[in-house]
Amino acid sequence: MSAMLSIRDLHVKYGAIHAIQGVSLHVNEGEVVSLIGANGAGKTTILHTISGLVKAAGGSIELEGKDLLKTNPSQMIRMGLAHVPEGRRIFSSMTVDENLDMGAFARKDKEGIKAEKEEVYRRFPRLLERKDQIAGTLSGGEQQMLAIGRALMGNPRILLMDEPSMGLAPILVKEIFSIIRELKESGLTVLLIEQNARMALSIADRAYVLETGRIAVEGTAAELMANDDVKKAYLGA
Amino acid sequence: MLDLIKQLINGLQAGSIFALVALGYTMVYGIVKLINFAHGDIIMVGAYFSLMAIPMLSSVGLPLWLCAIVAAALCAILGVVTERVAYKPLRNSPRISALITAIGVSLLLQNAFMLLFSATPKPYPSIFGKDSITLGDGFTVSYITILTIVVTVVLMVLLQMFIKRTRVGKSMRAVSEDAGAAQLMGINVNNTISITFAIGSALAAVAAVLYSAAYPLIDPYMGSFLGIKAFVAAVLGGIGSIPGAMIGGFTIGIVESLTKAYISSQISDAVVFLLLILVLLIKPTGIMGKNIGEKV
Repeated sequence: MSAMLSIRDLHVKYGAIHAIQGVSLHVNEGEVVSLIGANGAGKTTILHTISGLVKAAGGSIELEGKDLLKTNPSQMIRMGLAHVPEGRRIFSSMTVDENLDMGAFARKDKEGIKAEKEEVYRRFPRLLERKDQIAGTLSGGEQQMLAIGRALMGNPRILLMDEPSMGLAPILVKEIFSIIRELKESGLTVLLIEQNARMALSIADRAYVLETGRIAVEGTAAELMANDDVKKAYLGA
Repeated sequence: MLDLIKQLINGLQAGSIFALVALGYTMVYGIVKLINFAHGDIIMVGAYFSLMAIPMLSSVGLPLWLCAIVAAALCAILGVVTERVAYKPLRNSPRISALITAIGVSLLLQNAFMLLFSATPKPYPSIFGKDSITLGDGFTVSYITILTIVVTVVLMVLLQMFIKRTRVGKSMRAVSEDAGAAQLMGINVNNTISITFAIGSALAAVAAVLYSAAYPLIDPYMGSFLGIKAFVAAVLGGIGSIPGAMIGGFTIGIVESLTKAYISSQISDAVVFLLLILVLLIKPTGIMGKNIGEKV
């Protein structure tokens, strides 16, 4: 099986800071792969480099054989890659419904968009209740749902998720993760960044542990959960 | 009473010009967070472009008011080129760099046009024909006054509809809220910014023609003070807000006209700036401005 998304020897620099130092990872079709690590390890940087918000200093990123580093960032969604950014970054002065429309900006198939929206509202009934509400007035959990729903509107085949559990109450974290599990069952490929390593490993097929810009450990989720170093550093046991 | 109505109409006329120009400031600020100090000079350039277009139009027998369209198109191109050449390379630099560059562009335009056309003011021909309209009982309003107000209102309504309804308008709103997130939605941020500059500059060109038709002398520095006033209008209304630019423009026009008529024409500018200070003291974000809290 060839990888859907593969990153080879990625380097990213912020001025003099060498944030990502030769990271290689891959995500196979249908997999949920998790990238875990402490604050400042470079998780978000990697995700931003994949979707083009940050420029790479070296290495390669390929999506189904196409070089993403040479692709205009606004084309990513058209290639089937959607990104649920850290901090949600919904359009807070637009309504919930308008936000979902923005998610389908790159699509032209009116029927498909309509069906997709119904699907998103079915998945997140709370968004349907708040359809015409200004998105900035939603609660944190609802905003996260909206950010996920907005990404799904682009009908992606691979979803990048950046800390979807951040700042949410435990009950909402559970809810968000059960949604990710549903997405996985529906065949979506997911690259998930999380600080909540326990939750992330509970749904991931494989995982990478990132430490100060390098991959420290990689393996299946079960292997990582059994790894003593990982346990000590990230699972609090 | 009749006099008051007359002054209000005059105020609306001046306010229309301010509002059209303020839209350019506010749209550009909304999308790239740049106070484009060269925007005032786009008015001046628009006036010269339209002046150059007039003899060409008359030689082929087309109506002269079409010079506004010619000027709008040329200014739109100039706005886009300015952004690409001068501001885009600085998009990730500190904001002050882009601001200083904008002042540089402003000086460049002023001096280039002074070289080309000399500093001597040029008379602007009458392009709209008819002089005034009588609205019964000896109450006359000049044709250009009515035209200015009507054109401005129509353009504002069109702009509002464009931004609310169309695909490009929606992408402009998205980019002004969060360019990165907009890019993730598949929006081409660079093109969206170019379109914003094009629209802003085209509106300034229309304002230039309406202004020159009312005050028919144009010179290379005409844009600076008009630009500052329009900038004040944009800030007063709440910079970044399109309805704010309209309200700010009309407010300043009316305040100015009433001050000139009933207090003193010499202190009208002082009153306008005093109003700005007062509004900013009470509501720092301007009349329509929203407080944007930092979100974690």
